Amino acid sequence: MSLNIIVLAKQVPDTRNVGKDAMKEDGTINRAALPAIFNPEDLNALEQALRLKDANPGSTVTILTMGLPRAAEVIREAIYRGADSGIVLTDRALGGADTLATSYSLAQAVKKIGNYDIILGGRQAIDGDTAQVGPQIAEKLGLPQVTYAEEIIEAGNGSIVIRRRLEHGVETVKAPLPCVVTVNGSAAECRPRNARRVMKYKYAASTSEQAGVSEVAEKRLAASPELNIAEWGAAYVEADPEQIGLAGSPTKVKAIENVVFTAKESRRLDNDDAQIEELVKELIANHTIG
Amino acid sequence: MANYYNDNAALKHHLHHPLMEKIVALRERNYTDAEKFDYAPADFADAMDSYEKVLEIVGEICGGRIAENAEAVDHQGASCSDGRAHYADGTVENLDLCRKAGLMGMAMPRRFGGLNMPITPYIMAAEIVSRADIGFENLWGLQDCAETLYEFGSEEQRAKYIPRVCEGETMSMDLTEPDAGSDLQSVMLKATQKEDGTWVLNGVKRFITNGDSDIHLVLARSEEGTKDGRGLSMFIYDKRNGGVTVRRIENKMGIKGSPTCELVYKNAPAELCGNRRMGLIKYVMALMNGARLGIAAQSVGVSEIAYREAHQYALERRQFGKAIIEFPAVAEMLAIMNAKLQASRTLLYETARFVDMYKIYEDIARERKLNEDERAEMKHYSRLADALTPLAKGLGSEYCNQNAYDCIQIHGGSGFMKDYACERVYRDARITSIYEGTTQLQVVAAIRYVTTGVYKTLIDSYAAEGFSGALAPLAETLGKLTEAYQASVDAVAAVNEPKYLDFMARRLVEMAGDIIMGYLLLKDAKVCESFTDVATVYTKFVQAEVARHSDFIANFKLEQLAAYGI
Repeated sequence: MSLNIIVLAKQVPDTRNVGKDAMKEDGTINRAALPAIFNPEDLNALEQALRLKDANPGSTVTILTMGLPRAAEVIREAIYRGADSGIVLTDRALGGADTLATSYSLAQAVKKIGNYDIILGGRQAIDGDTAQVGPQIAEKLGLPQVTYAEEIIEAGNGSIVIRRRLEHGVETVKAPLPCVVTVNGSAAECRPRNARRVMKYKYAASTSEQAGVSEVAEKRLAASPELNIAEWGAAYVEADPEQIGLAGSPTKVKAIENVVFTAKESRRLDNDDAQIEELVKELIANHTIG
Repeated sequence: MANYYNDNAALKHHLHHPLMEKIVALRERNYTDAEKFDYAPADFADAMDSYEKVLEIVGEICGGRIAENAEAVDHQGASCSDGRAHYADGTVENLDLCRKAGLMGMAMPRRFGGLNMPITPYIMAAEIVSRADIGFENLWGLQDCAETLYEFGSEEQRAKYIPRVCEGETMSMDLTEPDAGSDLQSVMLKATQKEDGTWVLNGVKRFITNGDSDIHLVLARSEEGTKDGRGLSMFIYDKRNGGVTVRRIENKMGIKGSPTCELVYKNAPAELCGNRRMGLIKYVMALMNGARLGIAAQSVGVSEIAYREAHQYALERRQFGKAIIEFPAVAEMLAIMNAKLQASRTLLYETARFVDMYKIYEDIARERKLNEDERAEMKHYSRLADALTPLAKGLGSEYCNQNAYDCIQIHGGSGFMKDYACERVYRDARITSIYEGTTQLQVVAAIRYVTTGVYKTLIDSYAAEGFSGALAPLAETLGKLTEAYQASVDAVAAVNEPKYLDFMARRLVEMAGDIIMGYLLLKDAKVCESFTDVATVYTKFVQAEVARHSDFIANFKLEQLAAYGI
């Protein structure tokens, strides 16, 4: 059976290779020093969506992202890998949102899309590491949620079976559809961009990007409606102005510190069983291993 | 993770050669496909942008997963059981990635599901894949066979098989037999035509790369009682029909991920491809030329990784209080490695462009009659491509081996251990100067372009372009070397003894190749200043090489041949 899948994706600064200029003096992120990338776990979520699409012909995968207009890059990237279409939720009024306001705004957009079976997203974004947005969207939409998903084993006929990766093992659960699933980084890597899709969709552009494109791009956009990336604002998704952006964000950032980790003092053990056993016990007790 | 396209500025430089504008316009038939296919380019800039984006995908996959898998693939290797060959786990993953990325059938026309890319960017992809894992390049690169199937198969065969290749089915070219290696005229695999007109194959093939592929091109003896190349035809064997089993796979020194199979054909049904009796003399020759360009690309890719591994190690390894790269002996080795790498690369892409030019004209000739100018141009480039292919393969693969050797040397004792990538690179490199025709056979193919003056004419055309500034003295040196080369050619010709020519052929071919690569680097430096140092180092290197050879020739007496057992 065919499924309508929404994948939530975020464009994030690449915090994996942080240099010393990653933060400005006032403690905010220096976005210029960090390239904007597709949030890694959202790519894992996209792969799960594409696998469902492969297994269930006729399914659709729609990418939903909230951010600056340039977040359309994430949509193109997802389309290159096999997604069907995407929506950029962008509006000045949405700026400065914490996870609560973000999940409200995205939930409104999901409602606007309507007719969905599964909402997938990465477990968390590497810029905030909160892992709150997925679960909050589920709450706001009144849907069941499955977190820490590593593999969607099957979906269809009103239910979904998912293997979860938990701290101490794996768990396989079944949930009714529709539901929200957040995917771990330990899930299958996302498939690469497809050459032919890149050749076709490289001209895909959002409404604001379409101003001032080349003549070739203009012709392509006119000829292929699927190259248009939708851009939605707060009003379009009927968001309550009080619940979005800064106004809708109870979280206030007090200060951001640059923390440099230093190695703790080392300890020397003799090479004998007793001392090693003692250390292993200690490491198990403080959950370093086991 | 590294992107093997983006981290290598030389690739972009070669991709954007001025001749590309003409190549792409011809290949795209003035961009008329744009009306029929939504992924076809509308103009030159659009096409080049697409090639770059595809090469970025290749670079990402290769710099990521394929490079990461290379060591495990080398350890696990391919295996054979129950009459079938099995890839290593990493190879299976690599193939899956390439299929999903749509990198199969890259040079095939769009109507069969291909990307219609010219040979030049396709060969660039082959170089990038080889840098990650040359053994895997063999499997991926056998999509070349689709080119031969396209050129010589019927429209029905094209429509039946090429879309399958573009979807990711693999191919093999089943040529070699126990008693027919370099001498393919001795092929014995028997093709028998049944009463209903269909064919079956019986016999044994050996050393077949990816021999358990989905679609095979097979050289077989269709004319009973014949003994030479004129009794051989080319067939297509489809694995779906059954009839071929893998008896064993070879235990090789390198490229262990690429299964080298011994195949047993038992009444294997096959389709005749093209005309009878043309198998070897026309089709396999075309196939081999394409394959040789592929090995030239492999050689450059392996040279690249050898140079990078050596360079990185020389920066990190400290002895006597400093990084070893600071010692002139090491710095010189690295500079020469890089010079050989860049020299073989510039020759590779010059050759690829020439191949593009004539092959595209050949293809256009299948649609309409070429006019006189077009025919002349096709002939011109076809001749140059034939002349440069054995140089790119022969000399490029030797440089690749030399770089792999020096890579180990720079690693010192560590290089002899199994802990570093360089030992795998060294083993993998070794095959490049052997398969698809040994270096010695490349010399045999190349020598006629020495004696007929084709190389000299090409060299003169490069020299005529003029070089100024820092390049002027280098051009002057190359001019003098050209004179020395021509003097050697004349001296050997004056002796007028075939054995003597055969004996000196290697030297003459190397001199021609060295000078050609020298000028090509000068041309590169003219456009892109960063090539100046490489051009300088290479010119110095070539100056010594040409002097060595011309000195040998000048001081050799015909009667001394006997001492060599000739």
